[in-house]
Parts: sequence; C-alpha cells; structure tokens
Amino acid sequence: MIPVNRQGEVWVFAEQEDGQLQEVALELCGKARQLADQLAVPVGAVLVGDQVAGLADRLIAHGADHVYLVEDPRLAQYQTLPYARAVCQLIEKYHPQIVLYGATPLGRDLAPRIASYLRAGMTADCTDLRIEDVLEARTQQLHPKLLLQVRPAFGGNIIATIVNYDGWPQMATVREGVMPLLPPDTNRRGQILRQQVELDETLFVVRLLERHSEPRKVNLKGARIIVAGGAGVGSKENFRLIYELAGVVGGAVGASRAAVDSGFIGKEHQIGQTGTTVRPALYIACGISGAVQHRAGMEESAKIVAINIDPEAPIFSIAHYGIVGDLKQVIPMMIKAIRQRR
Amino acid sequence: MPYECVVCVKQVPDTANITAEAMKEDGTVNRAALPAIFNPEDLNALEMALEIRDRYGGRITAISMGPPKAAEVLRECLYRGADRVILLTDRRAAASDTLATSYILSQAIRTIGRYDIVLCGRQAIDGDTAQVGPQLAEKLGLPQITYLEALLGIENGRIRVRRNTGHGWEVLESPLPVLVTVMGTANQPRPRSAKRLMRFKRAKSRSELLAELKAQNPQASEAELQPALQARMQQLEDQGLLIEEWDLERIGADLSRCGATGSPTKVWRVQSIVLSRKVYKQYPPTEEGVRELVHELIMDRILG
Repeated sequence: MIPVNRQGEVWVFAEQEDGQLQEVALELCGKARQLADQLAVPVGAVLVGDQVAGLADRLIAHGADHVYLVEDPRLAQYQTLPYARAVCQLIEKYHPQIVLYGATPLGRDLAPRIASYLRAGMTADCTDLRIEDVLEARTQQLHPKLLLQVRPAFGGNIIATIVNYDGWPQMATVREGVMPLLPPDTNRRGQILRQQVELDETLFVVRLLERHSEPRKVNLKGARIIVAGGAGVGSKENFRLIYELAGVVGGAVGASRAAVDSGFIGKEHQIGQTGTTVRPALYIACGISGAVQHRAGMEESAKIVAINIDPEAPIFSIAHYGIVGDLKQVIPMMIKAIRQRR
Repeated sequence: MPYECVVCVKQVPDTANITAEAMKEDGTVNRAALPAIFNPEDLNALEMALEIRDRYGGRITAISMGPPKAAEVLRECLYRGADRVILLTDRRAAASDTLATSYILSQAIRTIGRYDIVLCGRQAIDGDTAQVGPQLAEKLGLPQITYLEALLGIENGRIRVRRNTGHGWEVLESPLPVLVTVMGTANQPRPRSAKRLMRFKRAKSRSELLAELKAQNPQASEAELQPALQARMQQLEDQGLLIEEWDLERIGADLSRCGATGSPTKVWRVQSIVLSRKVYKQYPPTEEGVRELVHELIMDRILG
C-alpha cells in the first residue's frame, strides 16, 4: 500500500479499446471531479495504450486536470500484466488518494490485480461514492474526508458501505451508467503528462491470438420504452413474445440476469447491477421477480408495468401498474389491445 | 501429459432464491434461513478441471476456505471426481476481505506445492466481486485469464483458451502455470457419480468427527476425546476418506495479513433492503383488464 496522502489526486482509469474511450471512463471523470472538488485536489486520468494521446482532450473536457499518458506499441491491445504494471508504477510514483475503474470485464480483470500488488483496498461494483468524515468505532479515531464506497451485497439484499482507513489508495470499480455522463466543457484546460514506465518482456507472456468484437447492437440507455423479460419467461422460444411486444410498442428488449444466465438472451440485453442501468419513460417487466440487483438498474424508470404470476414478487413493490398472471397469456392480449388502438 | 489442477470452491448462501420463509417480519433477509450451496460458477471451474483430467490425465485438488460446515462442498467435489480435498478453516481467517482471502488461498496453494492450472469460478454469488481470482493470481505470481468460456487445448506447456470480453471474445495463449476464472456458460457440470457418492458420503473432516464424538459422549472433555478422534482420523485416512483440515499455521500464513487485520476494506455500515408494500394499480389478467391498462398508458401519453 502507499502512504495515506490527503493531498493525493482523485484518479480515473481511462479505459479505451482500439482508440475509443469507454463511456464509463467519461462518467467517472465527472464523478471524480465532484469528489476532487470536495477534497480540493486535482483529477487525474490514466490513459494507457498505443497512439491514444488524442483521447486526452475528451478526458479533460469531462473533468480531468491531468492526463497521465502511457504509450507503447506493445500496449495497443489490453493485456492484464503490462497494463497492471503500468498503472501500479504510476500509483507508486504519484500517490493518488482515490483510483476509480469502470466495472467492465476489463476493469474487473485489471483492478483487483493492481490492488493485490499494492496490497490496497478494492471495492467492486459501487453504486454510489461519497466523501465523509468517518469515526472508526474500534479505535475512536476520526478519519477526515474518507471515500464511502456504497454497493449492494449478499445477492443485493443488503447495501453495504465500505471504507478503507489506511490501505491506500482507496480504489473502487463503478458500473457503467450509474454515474451520469455530464456534458463536456471544451473550455476546460488540462495538462498531458507523458509517462515512462518499465515493462520487461516477462509481462508479455500471454499472447493474444484472435479477437472478435461485436458492436453493441442494443441501445438500452437511449430507449424510451423497454420491455424486459426474466426467468419467468421460461425459455428462449418464449422470449419471442418479449421481442414481439417490444416491436409493437417501439421499445428495446431488456432482460434480467436470471434470463441471461439461463441462456434465453444475450448479455448485451442485461439490465441491473451487473448490466446496464436504464431510465426509460416506460419499463414493462415480464416474468421478472425483481431482485434488488435488477431493481437497481431500472427503478428510476418513469412508469413501471409488472407482469408476474407470483403476487408476492418484489417487482410489484416498485411497479405503478401490475398484472398478476401468466405472461404467456397476458402478453398476446397486450399486443392485441395495442394493435386495436391503432 | 498430465496436469495438476487446483480448484478453489466456496460455500455460499443461496442469495438467488430468497423465499418468503427467509424473510423476517421487518422485510429483511434472515440469512440463517438461507440454504448454503456450492457457489454455482465454482462448479463450472471444477467441471473444467475434470475435462482437463479426462483429456490429459493428472490430479485435481479442491480447496475451500470457510467454516467447518464448508466440508459439505468438498464432499460434493469428491462425489464429482476430485482426487484430494482440503478445507482451510481457522477462526482467525474470519472477516477476511478479498485481499486477505486471496493471500490465505495463495499460502495454501503454495503448501500444496505443484500446480499447473489454478481454477476459480468467475465470481461468488454472495459478494459478486470477481476479485479473488485475479488477486490470487497476482499473489502466486501467475498470469491470469478471467471470464474463460472455452478450453481450446494444452500443448507444449501452453494453454489456449477463449475468454469473453463482454462484447465479444478473444483467444489467448498462456504458459503454465496459470490461473483461470471460469464462467457459468463455459460448460454443463456433470452430475455426481453414484459410485463415488456411495464411497465418499462417509468422508469426514476432523471437525465433523469431533462433533460426532462429542454428541456420543456429551460428558467427555475435548482432551479426553483426543485418542478416539486420532484413531477415527487415522482410520478414515487409511480409507482415503479424510477431508484434510488446514489452519493458518499449517500454511505458514503471516497472521497480520489474515482476517480483519489483513483486510484494508472495512464494512462501515450495512443497511438491509426493506421491501415495503407499495400500492400499485392492479389489473386482472383478462382481455378486458389488459385493454384498460393499455388505455391508461395511452392516456398517460406513454404509449401511442
């Protein structure tokens, strides 16, 4: 771990792939800006890759004061070991007090490796981050302006607030879409600080042989209406009903983790704690029981319709309209009713 | 060429299936009422180890860190084909965060000695952190491949796998030894073997044997039971039915890196999610009811 350094910056790992910044990196810049203002320290963004200097302006426009740039042709594609080494070297050099990562598959691969090397604390999948003075119960010591790391745990049945008194830096991953993407301010000024890191050949033992990226087909975040299916849909075939209803109302198709894990539909449709967070005008939840992880990703929806066979399903506790019944009968009725209105 | 596989498994509360019985009056979850299960993706990790052994030969050691009750998941590993099982149990390991847990597991794996492939489930359903795998890899100084979807082959001391990147996949090749974390979609875990079930249902750990002896001799002190306990343990060991129990001394752990002391993250506050019954507008599941709902949505200018 690094020394507790209350003048340390608030850092964001600026995840990029093929020269494209992940949106979550920009969301985190905005959050880091807010935390850093409370701490009266600068925001740093760590940008690692090959020929990625051009991305620095966007990071600055979204809140970064310093962009720590590590460029190396060998870093063109993400690899755990050299990326982790590069970030660790910068953390050991500059002693930031907070480091945030997107809770993407890449972030969740990288961040714990860094935390283990530094023997620092690491909290996964935070849904909220705040700065507060914390009184440590055991020692009665007051820790000023600590990072409160809030996350659901225990299958989403509890909300835990995690703190890190002295195993610094305070590090966390944050899910995509949880922090709002603030509008960029192109008048902001920042500095690009080019960094030299030592990466010996032993860090490149894992070879990338082939890579295939599917463009994100589903635009859940931008959808005004979302029709989502859960475990209660029962099968991949039945998911056609969800697609059909979405087609009729002009909405996007979402799913709960249970439906994704059961193989009914692809992960890109997943809404909830480990999927996308959405705020549509209308959310129709079909056969979704409404575990907290799922609700965390959709409860801000303006209107929620729940269709579930179980009257006790927790989804009804946040629904505005509900139908207790079998979705295999109710959805065709809905499709028919909507068509008749047109 | 045969490979030594070490599989890390965890017993977890079944957080995915919270029934009405597991809810308390105040609407919070009664954790004690939740059944303890084999962490689902750890079964996929075990299955991958079994596939490796089927194809190349070798041995599978399963280890679990937890209370004595976690011997249950190790018995399950034996039913499904593990060659050796080790329970890491020590009160001083309680309250370990992911950093301390990965340190303790790394010490145990070093104590096992030889390992070519360390396998973990992608994440456990109680914490959902997915951190212990990468942290364990770092502690052991191994390359890591997370989100493994398929094993493509092992040749000349190198393993080739396909991993999920969240929006596609990549094929990676790593030298051995390596640590991998396995996704639930990687395979379909085979069922228990009936023959192995018959054989290993009698497998017991030291703690379980001691509890049995205590139940049979409620008046006896622990010291008085020692000779009988040692005899029973020897007997099971001779039959290959002893679930090994290791404590922190056995694995040479630095106590300052274990338990709460070795955990930089502290749970400062815990709030239970209380499900309050909110009134929502209910429609019957009939043609008429559905039509009314659609009408309401159109009137609200949400639909249409």
